[in-house]
Amino acid sequence: MNKKTKIAIIGGGLAGLGAAMRIAEMSAEKKDIIVQLFSIVPVKRSHSVCAQGGINAANKYTGDSTYQHFDDTVYGGDFLANQKPVQKMCDSAPDIIDLFDRMGVPFNRTSEGNIDRRRFGGTLHPRTAYSGATTGQQLLYALDEQVRRYEAEGLVEKYEGWEYLSTILDENGICCGIVAQDLISMEVKAFPCDAVILATGGPGQVYGRSTNSVSNNGLAVISLYHQGAKYANGEFIQVHPTAIGGDDKLRLMSESARGEGGRVWVPGDASKTWIDQEGKERPCGETGKPWYFLEEKYPAYGNLVPRDIATREIFQVVYELKMGVDGRPFVYLDVSHIAKEKGIEYIDRKLKGILEIYEKFKGVDPRQVPMEIFPAVHYSMGGLWVDDETHMTNIEGVFAAGECDYQYHGANRLGANSLLSCVYTGLEVAGPEAVKFAKNRLKPASETALEVLEKEVNKQKDFLDKLLNLSGPENPRKLHLELGNLMTENVTIVRENKSLQETYNKICELEKRFWNITIPDKGNWANQSVRYAHQLYYLFSLAKIITLGALQRNESRGAHYKPQFPERDDDNFLKTTIAIYNEASNAPILSYQAVDTSLIEPRKRDYSKKSAAATKVKN
Amino acid sequence: MNTENKTVKFKIKRQITPDSEPFWEEYEVPWKPSLNVITLLMAQNTDPITNNGSKTTPASYDANCLEEVCGSCTMIINGKVRQACTALVDKLEQPISIEPMTKFPIVRDLMVDRQRMFESLKWVKGWVPIDNSSPVGKGPNISSEEQQKAYNFSSCMTCGCCLESCPQWSSDEAFIGPQAIAQAILFNTHPTGKSLESERVQALINNGLNICGNAQNCAAVCPKEVDLIGAISEANWQATKHIAKSFLGKH
Repeated sequence: MNKKTKIAIIGGGLAGLGAAMRIAEMSAEKKDIIVQLFSIVPVKRSHSVCAQGGINAANKYTGDSTYQHFDDTVYGGDFLANQKPVQKMCDSAPDIIDLFDRMGVPFNRTSEGNIDRRRFGGTLHPRTAYSGATTGQQLLYALDEQVRRYEAEGLVEKYEGWEYLSTILDENGICCGIVAQDLISMEVKAFPCDAVILATGGPGQVYGRSTNSVSNNGLAVISLYHQGAKYANGEFIQVHPTAIGGDDKLRLMSESARGEGGRVWVPGDASKTWIDQEGKERPCGETGKPWYFLEEKYPAYGNLVPRDIATREIFQVVYELKMGVDGRPFVYLDVSHIAKEKGIEYIDRKLKGILEIYEKFKGVDPRQVPMEIFPAVHYSMGGLWVDDETHMTNIEGVFAAGECDYQYHGANRLGANSLLSCVYTGLEVAGPEAVKFAKNRLKPASETALEVLEKEVNKQKDFLDKLLNLSGPENPRKLHLELGNLMTENVTIVRENKSLQETYNKICELEKRFWNITIPDKGNWANQSVRYAHQLYYLFSLAKIITLGALQRNESRGAHYKPQFPERDDDNFLKTTIAIYNEASNAPILSYQAVDTSLIEPRKRDYSKKSAAATKVKN
Repeated sequence: MNTENKTVKFKIKRQITPDSEPFWEEYEVPWKPSLNVITLLMAQNTDPITNNGSKTTPASYDANCLEEVCGSCTMIINGKVRQACTALVDKLEQPISIEPMTKFPIVRDLMVDRQRMFESLKWVKGWVPIDNSSPVGKGPNISSEEQQKAYNFSSCMTCGCCLESCPQWSSDEAFIGPQAIAQAILFNTHPTGKSLESERVQALINNGLNICGNAQNCAAVCPKEVDLIGAISEANWQATKHIAKSFLGKH
């Protein structure tokens, strides 16, 4: 007789492994909870490995404070984040760094042997702990190691190479299990469980090419949205200012390059002008000399303005001023002076991970010559709506953590805050809260009637069979490419209502064409074609959420910028966008919810000056 | 140069199920600048047609980060084990030959089963045994030199290149292989991780540490330049000490 509580975690990146570690630890004494960890890829290969620059935590010995971290995060997010959860996260950050330090993460060190810090965007404090330029990889490995320890003790069962398909709901709409598929044998199976944590990361595949990994397909999240989960702030997509191109993906060149002194520039052209904050017309640098446009326009923060601002500036330099390098859509990101001044050994110790990526993919050594970079879709601030305190979605028993939830980052995420929010939400919030829910539920999932489980399994099997049998003239990969290009052109840096409306209509057309695709492999063993189509099917819903959210938000805030509405409009849009799936119309229905601004009074963002001190809300 | 008609020729060793016969298929796709082997596989998956015009199925393969940090897309390209993402087409002789690794059980086409690598991390207790995750202050101070050494070992992405190239290693043989040895040394070097040193060394001894024939192929193919030779020699030294200690302990 098996009376153990079961908790399914979907995704084995930082958030998923953080939750797995904490839950296993809570069960270590009584051995009364089993964690079932599902992941498309072996967890050690999750997208968290791609995070480069570091993880933020205030170091109180350098004049920084957790309150300053909190204020920078809320200000950087243009006041769209609910404030109480952000404050809790920033307060927890120093302990999280200590924990990783104890787990053996090789953080870069000062000469005394303490953890070194570097500066990141949107703050004036060196707050970012780092491990070379592969910090995400190193943090992930530390959690992977601890979870492996619990796996060896029998507290964690891994299902690697399995894809989550849907949640099983009982007669009261409460989660009692999940349906998942083995991507090799293609078996579809029910797993009864007392709580579920989705920690499936970002949705980069909806843009085709981005800095995201292949596995960031949004399938689990949108499948849950189709089952009634709310999706919040979908329109807030971060476009990272510095990436390099590629036909398969866009590769990130970390913000840490600028944190270590890297400079963004284009060749100056004094015949062109820009208008400064005071309305004065100024030349675009000196002809024949580098124009460090971020440093000139934002003297206080320089190259370390937040990502939304750096991205728009680069876009403007390339497309409006037409000053891209050699007339091409690139600007320079230059670290060669650091290598010259401080030596190769110095720069490699800090940035080797990204310098090697540039060198391997571009065939040029960035220690010698400036890198050619351009913005790329990078991160989703939006995601599954979750309760501020518990991280439970509106589907009872299903929690969300990490990039796939919508909290903390508001309208624009600060660099090195994502590793923090992933770890914090998995380890400190969703993990323990899922245990609390699982232990207190009235009816254990193990008592779920077999028919309830089989019904959902059959529903998923039928859908997969339907996909497998598609034999029309359309090519699923070309359709995906069309969707990605459409989204990248129209729903990224600059957004116009007319093109957003056209984009929405085109998404609906592409979605209709989806049912005319062919699946070129009808086999039943490691069939990646049917899986690809399955992922594509959900991307249309995701594209609609993002596009409709952008269309209806007539203001500019953080990463969401509309030239027709260039100002932030707190009267009408200091609100969280909530999308709910309407099955009849196969479309999202939007509503808005108040933002928690109970701690810091919203104020205008201006990075040309030092941020004005926060005004605490008087209670 | 007229690049309009330029093409890339490549061939993939296919195998549809673990027990079916492998076969080669050849393909030709339009050339573009900056192609890598992943983009060739994407092209084959988009239009699964061989170069003699016959329809085929998309070749299955593992890939995730596409920037050589996740370790997924290891395969044998023009005879050399490496990641497909960093294998740039313009630097490869054509027809480019793409095969699955040979030392791991084959799943399908270019996919192989590398679970053994994660299992071996359990054998060597590849973790720092912290009490629990409750806050108790910071970790031990570590010098920059120690950190750099640990970072090198810790950049191992479990890709399998070292094991594929090792003449002594195969997934059903006794030798644990350089990847897990290096991880054992990583944790034996950590101030807290050290507490499990003798258990780790015993695990290495039990799993054929002495089988290493010092061919040094592993270090030559490691894409992250992990100091595998240094790790193996350190492991041998730790094993010698361990055996001496247990011998002396008996008297």
